[in-house]
Amino acid sequence: MTTPANPRGMTRRELLKRGTVLSTAFVAGTGFLAHATDAWAVELKALSPATMATLIQMARDIYPHDRVADRFYAIAVKGHDDTAAEDATHKALIEDGIADLDARAQAAGAPSYLGTGWEIDRVALLRQIESGGFFQAIRGGLVVGLYNQKEIWPIFGYEGESFSKGGYIDRGFDDIAWL
Amino acid sequence: MAAPYDLSDATVVVVIGTGAGGGTLANELAQKGIDVVALEAGGRYLPEDYLNDEWPSFGQLAWLDARTTSGNWRVATDFSGLPAWIVKAVGGSTVHWAGASLRLQEHEFRVLSEYGAIEGANLMDWPLTLAEMEPWYDKAEDKMGTTRTNGIPGLPGNNNFKVMKAGADALGYKNCHTGRMSINSQPRHGRPACGQLGFCFQGCKFGAKWSTAYVDIPAGEATGKLEVREHAHVLTIEHDASGKVSGVVYADKDGNHQRQAARAVCVAGNSIESPRLLLNSASSMFPDGLANSSGQVGRNYMRHMTGSVYAIFDKPVRMWRGTTMAGIITDEAGNDPNRGFVGGYEMETLSIGVPFMAAFLDPGGWGREFSSAMDGYENMAGMWLVGEDMPQEGNGITLHPEVKDQYGLPAPNVHFDDHPNDTAMRNHAYTQGSAVYDAVGAVRTLPTPPYPSTHNLGTNRMSAKAADGVVDKHGQAHDIANLFISDGSQFTTGGAENPTLTIVALAIRQADHIARQMAAGAI
Repeated sequence: MTTPANPRGMTRRELLKRGTVLSTAFVAGTGFLAHATDAWAVELKALSPATMATLIQMARDIYPHDRVADRFYAIAVKGHDDTAAEDATHKALIEDGIADLDARAQAAGAPSYLGTGWEIDRVALLRQIESGGFFQAIRGGLVVGLYNQKEIWPIFGYEGESFSKGGYIDRGFDDIAWL
Repeated sequence: MAAPYDLSDATVVVVIGTGAGGGTLANELAQKGIDVVALEAGGRYLPEDYLNDEWPSFGQLAWLDARTTSGNWRVATDFSGLPAWIVKAVGGSTVHWAGASLRLQEHEFRVLSEYGAIEGANLMDWPLTLAEMEPWYDKAEDKMGTTRTNGIPGLPGNNNFKVMKAGADALGYKNCHTGRMSINSQPRHGRPACGQLGFCFQGCKFGAKWSTAYVDIPAGEATGKLEVREHAHVLTIEHDASGKVSGVVYADKDGNHQRQAARAVCVAGNSIESPRLLLNSASSMFPDGLANSSGQVGRNYMRHMTGSVYAIFDKPVRMWRGTTMAGIITDEAGNDPNRGFVGGYEMETLSIGVPFMAAFLDPGGWGREFSSAMDGYENMAGMWLVGEDMPQEGNGITLHPEVKDQYGLPAPNVHFDDHPNDTAMRNHAYTQGSAVYDAVGAVRTLPTPPYPSTHNLGTNRMSAKAADGVVDKHGQAHDIANLFISDGSQFTTGGAENPTLTIVALAIRQADHIARQMAAGAI
């Protein structure tokens, strides 16, 4: 993707010069997290870049859509950083939750949650914590935070608002042809 | 144009709520020349205000005051603070409703006689028959412009309907069509035909769907006999020393308490707020709440047996295009105990957008099982299953001992346990709904759990005897002659059908009764 959206909670800026970045998926700087090959970044207020990178992976593992780019998952979890900046309890919930997840990954022989290579193995870790407050806070926020982003609706085929186009009366409300 | 009435004017009839029951009643009374003050807790939104966007629309319209839940229904787990998905606005849930307008079946007015006593169910015959209701159904269908009545053609079928119809045909169902819908299939009474927007639940921006918000309320206001006060949230109903109701206290838009005097009070706040209001109005004369000598206020809460089946096909359906509830199969609506349950259910197409699908498809679900289903959204068809649930005395609305609303009054707790009959019916409906789609090549079917309740019924039930219920066959309180219940909470039992048409028919009938009682000096 070369045309990032300018959604709420995100700061659009020229970030990375190709060739200076690592080849990993995420580059953690100080105070922001940027994608290695895409021109977007999350400006962080409270959480560390490593924590946010783990949250983004966790979000994708909870609602994995292979055609939905990382930046949409980043937008979907950015609210936790905003909340953490104002609420120490929430900051601790997130940071302790990630630390716990990393510890479980290490117990399973991986370097970290992010360093766990296969989705099925990361999901197994999430299953261990799915009834807990940390997991439910992340999952619950994603239901609206991810799926209510208009930019991803076309990926699902959903066309959104129709009134301005006169509805579907002349635009295929009954065009099914395969029955 | 709207008549302004003085707070101290004790000649007015006060109607609480402006939805299917209250909005209809207020207009019908005004048309008869009766002075009406309608108090509406929400604001006024008209077609130009409605939003083709699910979550913002939900924020605009939904009733989001503090509520709690208990019981074994899945809603208590999935949506613990949102037992019902109903509207707080002028027009009430007629802004949000899908438009399905079905009469109750003859036997559904006398289920105790038809089904016999069922353990755990508080079955009772209505003190009314279908024959008595037919003239009022006629009036309601004409008012609402219901398709397939009064010579009004059915709506055209959209993609979602065509999939249902093909499956119904393949399965041998005989009664599948685009429904009896109070959505204009052709221009009528100054409102246009349906433009197939696909946002019926968000308020119809064409105004093609009947709603009291822009049909009955302005018609009533035009008589000069109806004043609608918005953002007027009724807190308590007051009575005089003789035990007659004398007025209501409400919080205005600034939160200040106002007292409106009344000749009679008609309560139409939906089956959660209406009993709550009676309970919150307890006094030394009525320590258990108003109109509650039977102890039935707040009990027998019904919400219909519901569930959905979504199915994914190998080719696109685009179910969101067009009327949300675009067709119906009525073959399972009768009472056939051989299926393992009493009562019946309707199968009605339903579509929700991606934002709501994410919230409702499998609340709490996650991982590839969930997300791959979402990936199939474009190829989905969907239906809602709605059937008769059992009234149970323990299901109901009570005042929460600790949780308060924004006015400091006890919040309602909504308790619901599924009856075994409800569960058996739901399982049957899931099987048949899936079979409809399998018959046309579904690659995956998704039996989807109930949404927060949209059909809230029964908590001020109608009964022949004062000991058995809250109101009589006219919705008039057994205990208090000038107190009426005018919404779905007066339903004795729920039937299988979407309740709005019956609520409207009862309200038209009640207006006639109130006018006669006033003329006779009885109230």
